[in-house]
Amino acid sequence: MRATIRVYWRLLRAGFRRQSAYRLAALGGLVANTTFGLLKMAVLLATVRAAGGELAGYDTAMMSTYIWLSQGLLGSMNLDGRVDIAERIKDGRVAVDFLRPVDVQAAEIATEVGRALFSLLPRGVPAVAMGLAVGMALPESAAAYPLGAFSLLIGIVLSIATAYLVGICGFWLVETRGVQICYMVLSGFLAGLFVPVRIFPPWLAAIATATPFPAMMMYPVDILAGRANTTEALGLVAVQCAWLAGVVAAGQALTRAGRRHLEIQGG
Amino acid sequence: MSPTEPSTSGPIIETAGLTRTFTVRDGVRRRRLTAVDDLTVTIEAGEAVGYIGANGAGKSTTIKMLTGILVPTRGTVTTCGLRPVRDRRRLARQVGVVFGQRSQLWWDLPVRESFRILAAIHDLPGDVERARTGELVDRLEMAEFLAIPVRQLSLGQRMRAEIAAALLHAPRLIILDEPTIGLDVLSKQRLREFLVAERATHGTTLLLTTHDMGDVERLCDRVLVVDRGRLAYDGDLPGLGRTTGAERVLVVDLVAPSPDLTAIPAARHLDSEAHGLRQRLAFDPDLTTAAKVFAAVTERVDVRDFTIAEPDIEDVVRRLYARQASG
Amino acid sequence: MVETDQAGVPWTAPRPRVPAGPQVPGGPPSRATRLRAGLRPYRVVLASRARSQTAYRVNFALDLVSSVLTAFAELAEIWVLYRAVTGIGGLQFHQILLVFGLADLTFSLADLMFGHCDNLPTYLRAGTLDVFYLRPQPLLAQLVTSDITLRRLARASVGLAALIAGLAVNDIAVSAASVGLLAVALVSGVATFAALFVTAAGLQFFIVDGREMTNAFVYGGRYAATQPASVWPHSLVVVFGYVFPMAFTGFLPTLVLLDLPSPTWLPGWLGWCAPLAALWSWALALLCWRWGVRHYRGGGG
Repeated sequence: MRATIRVYWRLLRAGFRRQSAYRLAALGGLVANTTFGLLKMAVLLATVRAAGGELAGYDTAMMSTYIWLSQGLLGSMNLDGRVDIAERIKDGRVAVDFLRPVDVQAAEIATEVGRALFSLLPRGVPAVAMGLAVGMALPESAAAYPLGAFSLLIGIVLSIATAYLVGICGFWLVETRGVQICYMVLSGFLAGLFVPVRIFPPWLAAIATATPFPAMMMYPVDILAGRANTTEALGLVAVQCAWLAGVVAAGQALTRAGRRHLEIQGG
Repeated sequence: MSPTEPSTSGPIIETAGLTRTFTVRDGVRRRRLTAVDDLTVTIEAGEAVGYIGANGAGKSTTIKMLTGILVPTRGTVTTCGLRPVRDRRRLARQVGVVFGQRSQLWWDLPVRESFRILAAIHDLPGDVERARTGELVDRLEMAEFLAIPVRQLSLGQRMRAEIAAALLHAPRLIILDEPTIGLDVLSKQRLREFLVAERATHGTTLLLTTHDMGDVERLCDRVLVVDRGRLAYDGDLPGLGRTTGAERVLVVDLVAPSPDLTAIPAARHLDSEAHGLRQRLAFDPDLTTAAKVFAAVTERVDVRDFTIAEPDIEDVVRRLYARQASG
Repeated sequence: MVETDQAGVPWTAPRPRVPAGPQVPGGPPSRATRLRAGLRPYRVVLASRARSQTAYRVNFALDLVSSVLTAFAELAEIWVLYRAVTGIGGLQFHQILLVFGLADLTFSLADLMFGHCDNLPTYLRAGTLDVFYLRPQPLLAQLVTSDITLRRLARASVGLAALIAGLAVNDIAVSAASVGLLAVALVSGVATFAALFVTAAGLQFFIVDGREMTNAFVYGGRYAATQPASVWPHSLVVVFGYVFPMAFTGFLPTLVLLDLPSPTWLPGWLGWCAPLAALWSWALALLCWRWGVRHYRGGGG
């Protein structure tokens, strides 16, 4: 058990280190994040003002929190469905992965989570600083912080575990790019990247909440913005955990099926 | 546009004091690195020149300055009578370049399609295009893979297609960067024969960088050796051998273990393996011949098999450097 | 094997010179012929790229679908916001539809022709740019015509549909002025976005790993162009109103077409100045490109 944990800890650290090599890219990301953040803020705050100061439970301060937290999370969320494993399945290197004494799904997710957590430093911290500078809402209850942090972690892992499902389609599809692009378009929209899902008309919001996407980004933000009280927050985290369990189980099943497929087809 | 035609007489490449330095970032510190240092060389039309040197000796940088990709830090360069940077587009019509690592073909298109595009790029009239493509396809034996996308070609096929692509517009000067690297013996041989024929027919000037002594021996009548950006040798290949005392090595596999084969005339015993079953003898091709050495060996022992090792280019260059360092 | 059989090839002259230009029998080539010959390399490359993209039908169809989806999601985001309130930044949904139509159509068309300039870092790493140097065409022209992204046509069709819908639902008097303004806005918009791609390419010579940096103003610019610029704070007005003149591609022409009140820092008559914005963008783009190329030739290989 200890040895197993050590393997994943190492993979996590490798992902973390690889990311720190791209300092200029991080600066570029910061500029992009800030630009998009300011543009989103201009139009979303104008919308809140037009609604008379409050829209679907968001006042201007909460909307600021929503914008800057989601901008800060952007580097850590996998909303584009691009995963390394897709390439490795395509060129057959995945066969080597299966020979290693680690679980393929867990290894892939651990590496990606390492990368994602590192991104919180260059991408998350400046965005939150921007938010604090322009005035964003913070939760009143102290419990919201640990709960929010936990929810955030689950959200990140959930986004990566879901994207893994896209990559794993490669066992059966010759080309996963189509699935990946459709995933990218849908995930951004349904996660509420540009417009919070709560502003959606009811039928569209119902569709969104039937997918794991709002649980990736909007739930943690709702908790950290203080839009959800402690009871509601616990409910949101429970929903997140349920999604994560479901997605991970699906990933396990598909990985096993894929491995069998590989062994029968010979790649 | 200037009406002056690029000069067709006179040297095809002429550099004077050509120098190129780079600023490299070494962590936080910056330092200047001289890739090409005060290179002065003249190559006449029709020559075949091997440009050799260790990795990082400045070969690629020189080629990039000759073709107008890089601006020299100091000194002048004239290629085909043109200033490469200023006259890049006119020069492009007269030079063909094969960079070992960068392809000028469209990887997802059939070879034929790539040639068609390149013909358009060089504005070849239809009849010239057909004749030239036909000639190259014949001589490089490409007919069998013309319809295959470039990405599916073997290395040997791809290199032939690359060379054809660089030669399609019948350039006066062709520059080849490691043309035979990674090719098997037969492919190398064919490629060399093609280049010899191409020169013989069209009088094309050839400049090639290589690590393969065989390339230089069979293709080049002149050798330039660069060391850390500076010209270390300029002359013919036998001269380079004389300067460095390049030796050949006869490797013999014997029928039975034998004592070291010392005292063979004009040869020097290097080492023995497996209790003398395999022995290596060095000899100077200017003083004796492989046949004489081999005859002397067979007089003393029974030989099962033998090979003659070409002097390795790295080895020749290393010796040249060592000689220069010592005086 | 090689030395034999040369007599049959009509290529045995000692030094056959390939003519530098097209040879037209009977007198010097006319201007039109010269132009056609000059454009031939580009035409051939583009035709071949287009063919290769449509060769794999399933893939191409998927690309088209995803392209439509992307544009549709972007429009949906705007619709969701406008649906929640009565108006944002002085515009209502049927009015912002016109802004979106203009901006998205022109962006998609520019993306179709110039979008792959984004790939310059890949070209730099693979050495493709060095190969461009060995060909007798201008470098930028080669880069621009090295590819074409046909799937953007699908996206452009969403933009076009939005524009047509916007023109239909708004009460616009058909006059020489309105038609002229629309035409000027469309042409200038494409040029402005195209310049944005070239600017990004020029800057990428310096920041090979900083693609996101240039994405900030290319895709940030696209996003900004579909917004009501009246909601922007001063900083954004400076950046996306004037430096990268995104407001000129959709918002300002719409103000003129619909005769809407204009914000202080972006007066409505600027709607007529889209060509100036395009010219300025191209000046900036060519400057960045020249600067980048000079850096590349001088700074490293």
